[in-house]
Amino acid sequence: MIHDKLEQEINAFPTAKLSVEHVCKDFRTRNGSVRALDDVSLTINEGEFVCFVGPSGCGKSTLLNIIAGLDKPDSGLALIDGVPITGPGRDRMVMFQEHALFPWLDVIGNVMFGLKQKPNLTDKERLEVAKYYLFLVKMDRFAHSNIHELSGGMRQRVALARSLAPNPKILLMDEPFSALDAMTRERLYGDIQDVWAKRKKTIIFVTHNVREAVCLGSRVVLFSPHPGRIREQFPVNLARPRNINNHDLADLSMQITSALKGYTAAESD
Amino acid sequence: MKRFLFSLMFFLLLILIWAGCTGELAFLGLSESLWSPFVLPSPGVVAQYLWDNTLNGKIPMSMLITLRRLLIGYAIGLVLGVPLGMLSARFRSVSDTLGVLALGLQALPSVCWVPLACIWFGQTEAALLFVVIMGTLWSVLLSTQNGMRSVPPIYARAARTMGAGPLHTLVFVTLPASAPFVVSGMKQGWAFAWRSLMAAEIYVSVVSGFGIGQYLHYGRELQRMYQVIGIMFIIILVGLLADKILFSPAEAWLHRRWGTDKE
Repeated sequence: MIHDKLEQEINAFPTAKLSVEHVCKDFRTRNGSVRALDDVSLTINEGEFVCFVGPSGCGKSTLLNIIAGLDKPDSGLALIDGVPITGPGRDRMVMFQEHALFPWLDVIGNVMFGLKQKPNLTDKERLEVAKYYLFLVKMDRFAHSNIHELSGGMRQRVALARSLAPNPKILLMDEPFSALDAMTRERLYGDIQDVWAKRKKTIIFVTHNVREAVCLGSRVVLFSPHPGRIREQFPVNLARPRNINNHDLADLSMQITSALKGYTAAESD
Repeated sequence: MKRFLFSLMFFLLLILIWAGCTGELAFLGLSESLWSPFVLPSPGVVAQYLWDNTLNGKIPMSMLITLRRLLIGYAIGLVLGVPLGMLSARFRSVSDTLGVLALGLQALPSVCWVPLACIWFGQTEAALLFVVIMGTLWSVLLSTQNGMRSVPPIYARAARTMGAGPLHTLVFVTLPASAPFVVSGMKQGWAFAWRSLMAAEIYVSVVSGFGIGQYLHYGRELQRMYQVIGIMFIIILVGLLADKILFSPAEAWLHRRWGTDKE
């Protein structure tokens, strides 16, 4: 009986369609206001893996925060399956640049935190679910470790398990690998593709690394700054699992990089 | 173990020097005391005083009375200080009023509350408690406030995205995240409470119970230097024990979890 419920929980693959309609967002600074997002519209399909790329100040993280419900747009709307986003919710989990794990809890305690907000599960079932996700990110051996005992890559794995555990429809990742070394990052590229294949989530992944975006995304959305706008979109149809050192992948990222350079150069003229 | 022995040797040496200066090491030819026992009694006399008065129950009784005052006063200080500190960290209006008041009153050494307490409450337990609470409250309030403010905002953001409401975030995120600061604040508060109580007991004689501080005071009145020094040892001992029993385990746990040990 308990087993059935667990299977049901783990074998549910909720995804969602996301749409952003004419979103504008200003930030007031001492030197007046800065337009972080200028009339941005975008549709993301169920189960799509979309990467937002662009230089700093292009509004990619701002848009992610709006979708997460942590920020509100000045005008325009962000909708999930047609319902406007008004605040954070369990259907969207965020993975931050810093791991943001809680140092007063051990690894499994951290994974349980989000699960505890989820009703209709007993604590025993939550524990089983947490163990499953730790297993999925290959961290099951470290369930009772303290956070400070883990390496940077291991911490981000735990953070990934924590965001996956409540089984959200959408996973939002804000430059999650930017603080890691190249070797660790490459291993995580494989893992995150594996998780996406297994868990069938809608993923939005923010990065300033074009190569990383091409390696992971089914679509790369290119942003340009001042004001923050979507400049161009590139579908990525390379076979998976992708290796970041692959030739075709390098070619495509070169193409995107030159597009990026083209409009940043045009702007500085 | 080696380090412990090293420390032990140091303190043994200190006692030996003391014994030598007060004529207790006759076998080394040091049979003359450099000072009159009225100024500096020998370690043997002090030990004898402590031994006798421990056996006849006077010192244990006064320790009990003092610790009771300390724990009650400290507990009240915490119960008021921690929530007020939390409010002060959360609401600007509280920090601009109560926070500033706390900052001002913390600058006032707690012994300065004694005259006021004597006039308001007379020679009573209430006067002593009042001084202890005034000594504890403000420092606990301020360190709780500072602790809550130094919690990285990303923790609360992460909790919000996981669907935690404001109350849940406060209790299960902000509070544990600020635990290292709050515990060191509680420890500081304890040190202040202890100092306040000693000051109060020396100045305020209360019929309802003879505390350690009062023994110190009467040691001076009766010109018993061995009592003065003996009681000073007791005061040091109580302070150290409280630190070890109350705070060391909590701090060790925090260090282990946060990974902040110095090793």
